[in-house]
Amino acid sequence: MSKLIKATVKRGQIREAVEHSLIKRKKRNRRFRALGLSAIILGMLFVGVMFASIISKGYSAFWRTEIQLPIHFDPAVIDPQNTGNPEVLASANYQKLVKDALRKQFPEVKKRKEKRNLYRLVSSGAAGQLRRLVLKDASVIDTTQNLWLIADDDVDQYYKHGQSQSRLKEKQLAWLAQLRAKGDLRSRFNASFFSTGDSREPELAGIRGAVVGSFFVILVTLGLSLPLGVAAAIYLEEFSRRNRWTNLIEININNLAAVPSIVFGLLGLAVFINFFGLPRSAPLVGGLVLTLMTLPTIIIASRAALKSVPPSIREAALGMGASKMQTTFHHVLPLAMPGILTGSIIGMAQALGETAPLLMIGMVAFIVDIPGSIMDPATVLPVQIYLWADSPERAFTERTSAAILVLLTFLVLMNLLAIRLRRKWEKRW
Amino acid sequence: MKKLRSVMAVSMIVSAGIAAAGARDYIYVVGSSTVYPFATVVAERFGKSTKFKTPKIESTGSGGGMKLFCQGVGVKHPDITNASRRIKKSEFDKCQANGVKDIVEIKIGYDGIAIANSKKAPRFKLSRKDIFLALAKDVPDPKAPESGKLVPNPYSTWDEINPELPSYKIEVLGPPPTSGTRDAFAELAMEGGCKTFAWIKQIKKDSKAAKKSGDKKLAKQLKNKYKAICHGVREDGRYIEAGENDNLIVQKLEANPKALGVFGYSYLEQNEDRIQGSQIDGVLPEFELIANGEYPVSRPLFFYAKKMHVGKIPGIKEFLVEFTSEQAWGDEGYLIDKGLIPMPAEERKKYGKAAKQLIPMKF
Repeated sequence: MSKLIKATVKRGQIREAVEHSLIKRKKRNRRFRALGLSAIILGMLFVGVMFASIISKGYSAFWRTEIQLPIHFDPAVIDPQNTGNPEVLASANYQKLVKDALRKQFPEVKKRKEKRNLYRLVSSGAAGQLRRLVLKDASVIDTTQNLWLIADDDVDQYYKHGQSQSRLKEKQLAWLAQLRAKGDLRSRFNASFFSTGDSREPELAGIRGAVVGSFFVILVTLGLSLPLGVAAAIYLEEFSRRNRWTNLIEININNLAAVPSIVFGLLGLAVFINFFGLPRSAPLVGGLVLTLMTLPTIIIASRAALKSVPPSIREAALGMGASKMQTTFHHVLPLAMPGILTGSIIGMAQALGETAPLLMIGMVAFIVDIPGSIMDPATVLPVQIYLWADSPERAFTERTSAAILVLLTFLVLMNLLAIRLRRKWEKRW
Repeated sequence: MKKLRSVMAVSMIVSAGIAAAGARDYIYVVGSSTVYPFATVVAERFGKSTKFKTPKIESTGSGGGMKLFCQGVGVKHPDITNASRRIKKSEFDKCQANGVKDIVEIKIGYDGIAIANSKKAPRFKLSRKDIFLALAKDVPDPKAPESGKLVPNPYSTWDEINPELPSYKIEVLGPPPTSGTRDAFAELAMEGGCKTFAWIKQIKKDSKAAKKSGDKKLAKQLKNKYKAICHGVREDGRYIEAGENDNLIVQKLEANPKALGVFGYSYLEQNEDRIQGSQIDGVLPEFELIANGEYPVSRPLFFYAKKMHVGKIPGIKEFLVEFTSEQAWGDEGYLIDKGLIPMPAEERKKYGKAAKQLIPMKF
């Protein structure tokens, strides 16, 4: 370079040299900006494609197809002895009522095999609908009512996506066309997707059980990791003396944050289940395992937040005669709280989306009943997604995507909350 | 202070957990992921139509399920384990050693293993020998098949094996070695083709003869050699391990019409509009043909129940009765709708009786 300058100075062409290099520098600048921009565009594109694919596959799960049938609540089927006993009412053969109604609607169907195909139009969950109706109000017995019943998943897929993706037989399509012509086929908001537990029938499967399970797991995780993590961070940052031991602890905490999550699952299996004898599949154990996983995240975030509180605050408090503990709890901790909470929420969001450690402790299970406490067997949202993705029934594809949408919504909400908290309480010094 | 309090809270929660683990009012099932879709349907119906809670079903794989099942007796341990193969002698002995004495064995039906491709391509007509030659790690020397010499699998297209097959590259998507489907595939399809070579079959005969004459070491050695030849799958990228997710294999087959996939019959049935099952030894993987045993690649499915838990955990007996009722596993039962291949009526009667009377199995 200097040689070049000397040479140009000799010729008195400094100006030209500068202009020459300026063009080069500007070019470089532009190139770097273009690369940066294209990286962002590419990243956004991937996110966009992912969201578009999930939404386009999943949105249809929020609707369900229903078939209207005149159901005769035959007392001879429901309660032949006229006992009115709720147990008798609960165990009656409601499937038969649905079958009778279907046969009445299509009297031309006579052959056994054809009848079976006909019965397959309506979901096996329709019997449950009728049972609930009778148990709620026994006066419907011996009346005939026009009811909208849940359609089978094959019918549902046909109604949503047309014939190209349907496994229905020709006869079944003809029956559906008849129903449709009479206006006895409709699509409605699938509220039961949010209110029921898992099922092997796609049209009946819901995410309530998984959401409640996730809630319990996160509750345990938050309840344990927040106090433990904050206490550890305060001690390390404010009280402990710097020596070899605290250095060792610090290095270990940083290392723990990088340990693959499956390892925590194995640890949980060995310690909580095999040693302490806690039940498998319980949210308590899931929460304990995820606590181990999120603790380092929370400790590191909390320490960073405590560190960012200026020393002048501490010195002022100490100067006014406050004890070390008063200084910490009355002045430093409140100022560090937004940072601590942000870190914790992000740690919780991470725990909410975690599957691997939960595989080891028996949370990959078919659980229909909604868990009522942290000791009941439960599964969580990401595991539910995993289970549905592996189910043979085609209709589970859209349910898988819909469950992913629900999980993503929770994650986005938690991250928004973290951003809001930071915006609202953050202080700049 | 805060730390102390939270430490106390943790220990309290843990001790409360131990206390609560003393009781369980729901049935606990573990085991095979192949039986899982059937057991879950029964569990769901059972939970809805009886006063009992819905059983909890964990999908752990056949081997993992046996391990949990045989660990002992008590509420901590599962009541039932599902298996896509029969219990092994070693597992049975371990059960006995751990005090799990009376085990009720129930066969629930059959599962066919399909070898399928996209409907965009012509249907494959395979023999078990073709399958063995296409997928084995080492095959008998093509120049002199009966010479007893093995060479690393030289075949790269299907028509090299059998001129009637298409000239596609050999590309088979299938389950990994941890899967029960893979075990059954190796045992039924590959071994079936392997045995067609007289000298390989002779190894097995020799092994049996050695066992009879008391030379256990030689018998084991020969048996392992036989297994290595017949069950060894090539690792040069022609057989692609596609994970346990059969739906994924179906999607990949649609994208690549020249590839074949290996998976359970229920996935074939659900996707009949997109993929077709290959003929094996002249038989298509169709419901009736699997049920009457003509289709060669099908295996029985089982579950095992602990008799000692009956009466301690509510509903076990009722659950067995529901599982073995005609409306579940009968020719037109709801399990059949889910892709289970029913057993002949006589077998159903036999195992139905075992379930009702809780007859323990003998090995």
